[in-house]
Amino acid sequence: MTARTRVDGWAKVTGAARYAADHRLDNLAHAVLVTSTVPAGRIAELDVTEAERAPGALAVITHRNAPRLSPAGDFYVQTVLPLQDDLIRYEGEPVAVVVADRLERAGEAAALVRVTYETAPATVELDDALPDAYRLGAYFEPITSSVGDVAAGLERADVVVERTYTTAARHHSTMEPSATLAEWRDGMLTLYDATQGVFNVRDAVCAALDLPADRVRVIAEYVGGGFGCKGFVWPHQLIAPMAARTVGGAVKLVLTRAQTFTSHGYQPPTRQTVTLGAARDGRLTAIRHTSVNSTSTYADHLEMAAICSRAMYACPAIETDHLLAPVSTVLPTPMRAPSDGPGMVALESAMDELAYELDIDPVELRLRNYAERDPTKGRPFSSKALRACYAEGARRFGWADRPMRPGALRDGNDLVGWGMASATMATFAAPASARVSIDADGRVLVEAGSQEIGTGTRTVLCQLAAEALGCPPERVTIRLGDTTLPPTGMTAGSSTTMSVGSAVQLAARSLRTKLASMALAEGDAPAELARLDGDALVVEGAPRTPLRELIGDDPVGAEASWSPSTADVSMHTFGAVFAEVRIDADLCLPRVSRLVGVYSAGRIVNPLTARSQMIGGMTWGIGQALLERSPVDRRLGRFVNKNLAGYLVPVNADVPELDASFVDEHDEHAGTVGGRGIGELGAVGVGPAIANAVFHATGTRIRGLPIAPETLLRGDGDGRD
Amino acid sequence: MARITVTVNGADHTDEVEPRLLLAHYLRDKLRLTGTHIGCDTTNCGACTVLCDGLPVKSCTMFAVQADGREIITVEGLATGGQLQPIQQGFKEEHGLQCGFCTPGMMVAATALLERNPDPSEEEIRWALSGNVCRCTGYVNIVKAVRWAAQAMQEQAAPEEPATRQPATEQAATR
Amino acid sequence: MRDVGYLRVGDTAEALTAAARPGARLIAGGTELVNLLKERIEQPDLLVDISRLPLTDITVGPDGLHLGALARMSDVAAHPEVRSGYPAIAQALELSASPQLRNMATMGGNLMQRTRCPYFRADHDLPCNKRRPGSGCSAIDGDHRAAAIFGASESCVATHPSDLAVALVALDAQVRTTARTLPARDLHRLPGDQPHRDTVLDHGEMILGIDVPVSPPSAYLKVRERGSYEFALVSVAVAAETSGGVIRTARAALGGVAPKPWPLDVDLAGVPLRRDELRAAIAPAFAAARPLPGSEFKIELAQRAVVRALTKPIGLMGET
Repeated sequence: MTARTRVDGWAKVTGAARYAADHRLDNLAHAVLVTSTVPAGRIAELDVTEAERAPGALAVITHRNAPRLSPAGDFYVQTVLPLQDDLIRYEGEPVAVVVADRLERAGEAAALVRVTYETAPATVELDDALPDAYRLGAYFEPITSSVGDVAAGLERADVVVERTYTTAARHHSTMEPSATLAEWRDGMLTLYDATQGVFNVRDAVCAALDLPADRVRVIAEYVGGGFGCKGFVWPHQLIAPMAARTVGGAVKLVLTRAQTFTSHGYQPPTRQTVTLGAARDGRLTAIRHTSVNSTSTYADHLEMAAICSRAMYACPAIETDHLLAPVSTVLPTPMRAPSDGPGMVALESAMDELAYELDIDPVELRLRNYAERDPTKGRPFSSKALRACYAEGARRFGWADRPMRPGALRDGNDLVGWGMASATMATFAAPASARVSIDADGRVLVEAGSQEIGTGTRTVLCQLAAEALGCPPERVTIRLGDTTLPPTGMTAGSSTTMSVGSAVQLAARSLRTKLASMALAEGDAPAELARLDGDALVVEGAPRTPLRELIGDDPVGAEASWSPSTADVSMHTFGAVFAEVRIDADLCLPRVSRLVGVYSAGRIVNPLTARSQMIGGMTWGIGQALLERSPVDRRLGRFVNKNLAGYLVPVNADVPELDASFVDEHDEHAGTVGGRGIGELGAVGVGPAIANAVFHATGTRIRGLPIAPETLLRGDGDGRD
Repeated sequence: MARITVTVNGADHTDEVEPRLLLAHYLRDKLRLTGTHIGCDTTNCGACTVLCDGLPVKSCTMFAVQADGREIITVEGLATGGQLQPIQQGFKEEHGLQCGFCTPGMMVAATALLERNPDPSEEEIRWALSGNVCRCTGYVNIVKAVRWAAQAMQEQAAPEEPATRQPATEQAATR
Repeated sequence: MRDVGYLRVGDTAEALTAAARPGARLIAGGTELVNLLKERIEQPDLLVDISRLPLTDITVGPDGLHLGALARMSDVAAHPEVRSGYPAIAQALELSASPQLRNMATMGGNLMQRTRCPYFRADHDLPCNKRRPGSGCSAIDGDHRAAAIFGASESCVATHPSDLAVALVALDAQVRTTARTLPARDLHRLPGDQPHRDTVLDHGEMILGIDVPVSPPSAYLKVRERGSYEFALVSVAVAAETSGGVIRTARAALGGVAPKPWPLDVDLAGVPLRRDELRAAIAPAFAAARPLPGSEFKIELAQRAVVRALTKPIGLMGET
């Protein structure tokens, strides 16, 4: 299909696009959160007298006077309801919300809330919590897996590599801090929310506040990035409606940047051990991959880091296992790209180490272990063109010229290294519905509850609808992000194009059939017979009919639903990533100078938005490899850097020209669209490719990301302190 | 309270404001110009960038009283008469945006660059935009968007020389 | 943020009177002070806005460079004669902060900026002797990767973040205030048991300008993880005259390693511009380093940076 610029481009370049905090409501009051300063314990003293007397203060809500909330349902993974008791479970937990007529006054009043704590001992570091690690009973995939006999496979291996790798705690750091505007009017609650799932928010708010679904509407017209932190529902999204109900009007709650570090999860640090056994020819005889990540003390988030090893390489014996270690921080949550992202750091670094043990080119080693079918599930892949990715990536990068020996590519004072890694991501899909309608002027309206969080959903849905209807995309308007629209899942797990796209296609085809049937006055005319031509319908075997004649003054529409099929295939996206790093030999600063990614994801609906997704994802990989980490202070039990000065996301100067492309492919199992999701794939594989390139440049194997200058200075590879 | 007069996007506004009122909140809440976004609170993201007397500044790190007597341009002031400025067209055409939250600040900073340097190199663009963080795009298309605008402005300035514009997206695909 | 009074002054005399009031704080560009107010790190009663005083001069004469306290970072960095005659200053400025901040921030304000220690800058009041005297230091037993290796005390291990100040020390500049003229290297103070005082200036004292003597060739090298827009892990400013591959005179100062710009007090005259000789010559200056475990790497990194700055030309954008 063709590249198309974004249909929301105009709104976004003129400042007209309204994000949650931009909505204008009458008599809007402002809410500011007061959050705990200790990681564990209970509130000892709480004095709100001064805060309540502060100029402009309308309400100070604490656990003492907050409305009682009911359990908020499955999407409220946090489980602990806000402001319901005096217990403290993590630093940053809300202990009060202050509402005032102006933001400055709310902030000032919030500073006057006096809280003292009775602190309890708290463990906040993954390493310290390892003795308490436990295994969950179930998650979205089985916690453990085992095929073949790993012990026997390692026994007969010529070479065994067993290494432990770590990835750091990281924060989503969307540019838009989360914000919720809640308005009570005439018994109806309307939320303007920065969310990846309007229906999740509605359901959680309805459950928590004991409201029927038809009295709560959630709107997310534009969302300033999500990456997972706006997927599930979090305390502030319950606090804003609670505060609005208390003051009886409209309340705006915008998280401070500091609060975003403790308000909606983070990617937990992982500690993974990979054991690879291989014959001298490189063929794997056994894979064991175990992972432990930190979770909160009150709820579980599992980073299924080892699932990548279940499907990535052909191997007769594969074991995986996952553990959780509880720490006193906010609950971690999925972050672009969860599970496979941290997991492939370990697997692909270990594969590189194996390549050097065996003296086999890293690409060749992967080809020798190419999985034609899912080695754990025993099923075929829905579609997989990874071989082509390796070949095309190697060609574009110039991999054939790579000397195997580390340190061989020095350029003046720069140590130069070339590294590669595979990428893979489990594919998710969710039931979705959509409505497509057309009016007498030939204007098409596509409606679905789904959210635009930056990925290009509006644009891609517009293209799919136009294609299915047989009309130019310019005629199509997209409405998203509203619980009054047909239900869809959340914008997460790279699932939207396949799921919502399929629903839109089905609805559009249904509408086209309806129009053809109306024109031919037949029961069920084939949709292909009808073609839209401006405000008229052209049907083979019938005269050109103005739409107004055909449908009258009111629009006619069709609604359709799509659900993922349980076809007996294993569905993953794949890719091959090649990285060049240059490291100043004196100052030990690694910089990425080239990055090539070639991907297998089925049909690409819009090459422009798709490529942009991949480039964005690859940049996340640069962050994972070199910059992003959120250390916690052991004594204070808090993330040390709760701002964008200390938490380093890549800036312009860190990102070279990035080369992202796709191989031609159509996946007949991937909904009616034929494409698997790509939103997260680009962020996978880049981290290990860069770490492998750093090894190639320096001979130092770094097993802890991100790579710090001091680690390279020391040259011992254990990662950061 | 202090009385200030600020010219915003060509119109004069006189208001009584608290000294602690940030320029960003003045623009967003008082003047309802919500295209200026607030992303970080600590001067680290650039989403709130506006032009103050022609120079990009961070409106979340400036009190409204400091803008008294100054001329402010926000993203809403870039387009004129329903026509996008080249920089806006560039971001639209070259897909220099995803979620769009950083985009207004990014475009405002780029506008000042092109005023000063109508033909910036890639490095100069990256340097001029070094105070603006984007979490979605990976910057590559942002740089192309600014190049697109620079070329479009040069063509506008010299219509007798019909330049052949190579679509930057294709350049990108072939490293 | 607490509400605060605001007074824009029309001349220096008015500024001095207003600034002398208890609870008064000078504001020029505001790029630092606004953040300190937002985070409630400082809570002055009165902001004295000096931004429109006529102290924006940038003058280059036979006796050196004169910078008004209110000259903007961007204007100084762009000044052709600063770039040609005092490149360490132009580079230090251009590698600081972001273009937006450099368009607002001033020379005087830059010198008055406060540490980036994450505990000092935290979203709420943590134990920090610089922020709240007597409350303790969270960094010593906490995350102290950014900590000082020179000049710290038991009460504070924070470093000073100004790039400009490091260049000024290497260039032997003088700072003129309303009360005195003092060498740039004496402006900032070591924490001792009073880490809340960053400089030797008294309350109400105002920087008027900076005087830099005619300088030998100079350069500023900033080592940081991100390609731009980050404070230094370590930085170094050098000003050196050489002939025939041998140093005749050299002055150097380090940033990111101490509570103030740290002069590298070793005599480099006669040292050949070769890595090993330079390394040996500067080593004595690092004997006094007292790092914490997490900041120990700065000893090695800083020495490498000094050698690099003396041996390899640095582009104006400062990237190595």
